[in-house]
Amino acid sequence: MKTGAHYDVVIIGAGLSGLSAGIRLAHFGRRVCIFERHNAPGGLNSFYSIAGRKFDVGLHAVTNFVRPGVKGTALGRVLRQLRLDRDELGLCEQRQSRIAFGARGGPALRFTNDFGLLESEVAAVFPHQGGGFQRLVSRVRETSFSPEAPALSAREVIGEYVGDPVLADMLLCVPLFYGSAQENDMDFGQFALLFQAVFLEGLARPFEGIRPILRLLVDKYRKAGGERRMGCGVRSIVPREGRVAALVLETGEEIQADHVFSSIGAVETEALFAGGDRAGGQRPGPVAGRVTFVETMAIYDREPSEMGWGNDTTVFFNDSERLEYAVPEGQVDVRSGVICIPNNFDFGPDRRLPEGIVRVTCLANYDRWAGLPEEAYSADKKRWFGEIQASARRFQAGPGAPGTPAAAIASDMFTPLTVERFTGHRNGAIYGSPTKSLSGLTPLSNLHLCGTDQGLLGIIGSMLSGITMANRHVLAPEA
Amino acid sequence: MTKDECKKAVIAIISDIAPDEDLSNLKPDVRLRDQLQLDSMDFLDIVMELRKRHGIEVPEADYPKLASLDSCAEYLTPKFNGLAVKS
Repeated sequence: MKTGAHYDVVIIGAGLSGLSAGIRLAHFGRRVCIFERHNAPGGLNSFYSIAGRKFDVGLHAVTNFVRPGVKGTALGRVLRQLRLDRDELGLCEQRQSRIAFGARGGPALRFTNDFGLLESEVAAVFPHQGGGFQRLVSRVRETSFSPEAPALSAREVIGEYVGDPVLADMLLCVPLFYGSAQENDMDFGQFALLFQAVFLEGLARPFEGIRPILRLLVDKYRKAGGERRMGCGVRSIVPREGRVAALVLETGEEIQADHVFSSIGAVETEALFAGGDRAGGQRPGPVAGRVTFVETMAIYDREPSEMGWGNDTTVFFNDSERLEYAVPEGQVDVRSGVICIPNNFDFGPDRRLPEGIVRVTCLANYDRWAGLPEEAYSADKKRWFGEIQASARRFQAGPGAPGTPAAAIASDMFTPLTVERFTGHRNGAIYGSPTKSLSGLTPLSNLHLCGTDQGLLGIIGSMLSGITMANRHVLAPEA
Repeated sequence: MTKDECKKAVIAIISDIAPDEDLSNLKPDVRLRDQLQLDSMDFLDIVMELRKRHGIEVPEADYPKLASLDSCAEYLTPKFNGLAVKS
């Protein structure tokens, strides 16, 4: 076996967390190399083209948006620590979003980047719940996300403040869909983090989607002196005396590093050195997540607002009596989901996306998609595409809704298998393992997790994850 | 380099690390931490930039000497000048 380079730090995965950790470390003069098995950066938040059209994989909206001058926020820390200029991100705010329960006529709560709207909607739709809601919001504001915090059920904590189960489900629904690897519940700390990120802060999007963010990070990383090997994954980690002694690349090359950061997931990382089995079995290992989604993307020759979607940027919908956020028995659960309309971010008076885009995400079952013969897989995709679109249209609230469904000029759909391919996560589990390692620690002392399974989610969250882990484990381990 | 120039160099670094802070009215004798939202990580960034831009090493034991602009000038000016003499 060839023996290759020695790095101060090796990072596995060129997603947002890996790139951010890389920028931070390279900026501090560390010799860093990122290994990415795909040719394109981004991981879950990547993009691809079909017939010249670019589709974003993960990005619906950038959460954690705050306007300039708001201090002490996640976005502010990311900008500071990566030396990014806020304008370089080019974030455009959402117009309006909704949580819609029950098809037309059911309770709905609108929200924007001004939290006051959600407060007044809750007071209007649930007149007896206003006080409890306010106390819950205070609790959320006081909650900080730390490795030392005890695990609490979000459902239970919300229930202490909000007696109406429908309102409780509506409030839980957004954090669940935007970040829970656990079925039907999540840790309260994580709920609070996502509640802050979506409701108390807000949603925004760069005009061109995820691509300018990735370009910016790759560029920063290169200028800071970081190295990158694309199309070259890590095949295994060689452990010795509780440390990473070496990494074996897919090319067979062996390299060494003082520190290793892995963004590929807790289970997936441990499989690199345990061969998939846990040696000894004394310690319970991380558990693979099962929550996964399908997403339909339909392209139109007109604005979605002309097809009954009004100003909605995102719509979190559900028509069951109680929200069921769980792996469905069948391939897809169309009763609930998230609709995202990228056209309905406020890009300013002179800019609009060239085509209308409507994306709909629903819960799915990995096992029901895996192992299908090619023909059946395509046929199922086509069938579910129609059902998902039809389910989503029931939640239109714009003028003239429900609109006549216009014919899509192009479309695509991703399934749990697509997610698995982009992220490498077992079962296509978008949000990774239900047990997070907030400290980033692993059984090997110089191997640290960053990204999804460290527990910070979303675009800004994953960047912050890379930054925090780089600071904590390499730059300022004693701080 | 004078102490005033030294303070300017420090302010230039802070303005890159914390572009969202207003640095026009910094009081030189008050702790930076009390006037700006800087945490211990931000101070590490200041130390790193001093090394990268000016070749100045600040050992960890001396971090408290970077508390205010005045104390920065007191501590760093001789280092800036020592460097100039050497080169």
